[in-house]
Amino acid sequence: MRVKVINLDRTSIASLITLSLIFLLITGAAVADVVTPEVPMGRGAQCVEPIEIMRRDHFEFIKHQRDQTVYHGIRGSKHSLAGCIDCHASKGTEGEFLPINAEGQFCQTCHTYAAVKIDCFTCHATVPD
Amino acid sequence: MSCKPMKKDESVSLAQHRRTFFTQAAAGVSLMALAPGVRLVELAMANSEDSLPSNDKRWGLLVDTAKCESGCDECVSACNSEHGLSGHGRPETDAQWIRKVDLKDEQTGHELSIPILCQHCEDPPCVDVCPTGASFRRADGIVLVDKHTCIGCRYCMMACPFQARSFIHEDLTGQKTHSPRGKGTVESCTLCVHRIDEDQEPACVEACREAGHDALVFGDLEDAAGPLASLSSKTATRELRPDLKLNTGVRYTSF
Amino acid sequence: MRAPTFQHMPSSTLFWGVVAIVTAFVVVGFASAHHMESAGHWVTGMNNRVVWGVPHVFAVFLIVSASGALNAASLASVFGRETYKPLSRLSALMAITLLVGGLTVLVLDLGRPDRLIVAMTHYNFRSIFAWNIFLYTGFIVVVVVYLWMMFEPRMNRFVGRLGTTAFAWRLILTTGTGSIFAFLAAREAFDSAVLAPMFIAMSLSFGTALTLILSALIFSIRGDGLPTALMLNLRQLLGYFVIAVAFFVIVDHLTRLYGAEHHSLERFILLDGGIYPMLFWIGQILLGTILPAVILMQRRYKTLATTIAAALLVLVGAFCQLYVLIIGGQAFPIDIVPGFSETSGFFDGVIAEYHPSLAEFGLGMGGVGLALLTYLIATRVLAFLPTSGFDSGPSS
Ligand code: SF4
Repeated sequence: MRVKVINLDRTSIASLITLSLIFLLITGAAVADVVTPEVPMGRGAQCVEPIEIMRRDHFEFIKHQRDQTVYHGIRGSKHSLAGCIDCHASKGTEGEFLPINAEGQFCQTCHTYAAVKIDCFTCHATVPD
Repeated sequence: MSCKPMKKDESVSLAQHRRTFFTQAAAGVSLMALAPGVRLVELAMANSEDSLPSNDKRWGLLVDTAKCESGCDECVSACNSEHGLSGHGRPETDAQWIRKVDLKDEQTGHELSIPILCQHCEDPPCVDVCPTGASFRRADGIVLVDKHTCIGCRYCMMACPFQARSFIHEDLTGQKTHSPRGKGTVESCTLCVHRIDEDQEPACVEACREAGHDALVFGDLEDAAGPLASLSSKTATRELRPDLKLNTGVRYTSF
Repeated sequence: MRAPTFQHMPSSTLFWGVVAIVTAFVVVGFASAHHMESAGHWVTGMNNRVVWGVPHVFAVFLIVSASGALNAASLASVFGRETYKPLSRLSALMAITLLVGGLTVLVLDLGRPDRLIVAMTHYNFRSIFAWNIFLYTGFIVVVVVYLWMMFEPRMNRFVGRLGTTAFAWRLILTTGTGSIFAFLAAREAFDSAVLAPMFIAMSLSFGTALTLILSALIFSIRGDGLPTALMLNLRQLLGYFVIAVAFFVIVDHLTRLYGAEHHSLERFILLDGGIYPMLFWIGQILLGTILPAVILMQRRYKTLATTIAAALLVLVGAFCQLYVLIIGGQAFPIDIVPGFSETSGFFDGVIAEYHPSLAEFGLGMGGVGLALLTYLIATRVLAFLPTSGFDSGPSS
């Protein structure tokens, strides 16, 4: 079988570059258009870690804390899941707490967006005590 | 009551001890400096050095069967409400961490009533058989299930001589923050580990005292000056299924 | 004897018909598992007293039979019985698929089957269960290699060595499976030293019975007649194995009856335990032991039809035996405070109730279906079937 060699002259290279630029512009605009999740605000001035870090590593923190609690009885430290819920649970119209894993609530909003299933709330309380 | 030191469970590293010590020292100093009424949840809730599980302690219970009243189930209801164990109207599959059992001596006809719960064995069969290591014994003797690694095989329930474990047979909602529990995993009495970590006694013990019976005594089995040692020096204690040589952490007197 | 040759299963309506039927079983199995997992185990008959139920009866049956299914291959390559060589590939295939079927049932019955990965990454080496995970996966690997050496002419010379490894492995595997129960000192019914050798005898017996039945199935599907002489050879072997199982069952009960402490357990299993004595005497002893033993040992019943009937009876007995052992052993109350009678609102001192649900049978049958489906499909993919004419006996 003979391989066809594509010979590019200058004009085609130029037009290719232009095309890619246009493509980039369009997709860039599209990216800017992407709906990011609207996460309910927590109570208090700030989170236990900078937001950028929490976004990426919150599960590592929670998981580390979980083993500290289960095996070493270290409770109430700043990375506990209960702590997340205390600050981030929002209240409904009647003043009652809404489950943090309900649609539109703090945990679920992001996790729906990222399509990552949460397994915490099979067992853990979803509202502050 | 002897208990050999449990090396295998020595899980709190020295570095960790040191680190916690400094945090706690700092916490103590700042708490003293702060005016009362200032809410510092994190500091107030942080553990004190001696509440970290260590193997110079072994938590246990002593049941004085002479004081335990037949028909009374204060301890059971206290446990149920402390851990949010609500039934589903199906007694065979509903969770039961502590239950009242009426006994009758087959020889003498003598009758008594005792609570049976996880016996927090020194050599727990459930821990031996668990394939993933989810069933474990904390350094201070409390036998627990790490529900994050329990696969729900129920082999531990086959192995438990006291039928002290329950499997969660359905989806749950409304769990207590301090007592996470969910479908498909196995659970049993935690000796109210969340209370012990905060220097409180188990809910059943408190309820029994409040009901005026005082049949349950909680304490450190290793502490020669503690309530358990002094009580068991006065009367002989007995463990359930002594034939299995489990060296249980729950003991019974006066029978 | 000339070396046997092998072929693929030819495509036929009958073949695909059987595949469709076993696929239906698999579908029912997965549907049942899904039902149990999404609703929770309360929809089954299993509860806090009887924690292992019908799915475990099926799973243990399949796992125990898997090791016995290797009989024909072991006879050929370990004990030099060349007559069985034509069946050796099928025999190894059967061992793998039965094990896979059994393990699938076991996994799908877990409270958290989604955490299978946890079971593979967290090991407690004090647990016989964890050891079994290695024994099972290791067995599959060994048998796959064994098969490869049978298929690959250049590797044929290693078949004997691999066969010996597989043979040793299956003995350990069955002992391991028996030990899952034998290590439960807390429960009278399982706390027995004969359990491990009994499981080995059971594996030989169940596995040979299944070899007979599956051979009848697969060769009828192919349609060139059954290997009658070979199957009649296996017939006698099955007879011996049935008697071996019976021997251990008798020893087990006699040792318990000897001391006084187990008398109430024995009364329960043998006399007044409701369904359990019934399954024991009628299912396990009459249908599963005496009848097949008579059929298999009497010369005048030496026909293919009676042999298959006897093999089916052995399987009926197998299920009854495992049911009585696994479920009866849990239903009998644990004497928590010896010397005292116990009563409570939580089923102390009473026989535990167990009413298996359809979903449990569905799941168990799904495992059987999965084993058969993979078995059948594999015969299409590779040359597992001995070409007809290997059998020296009269063909029917
Ligand atoms: S049910 Fe959970 S805790 Fe019990 S043996 Fe199985 S994995 Fe371990």
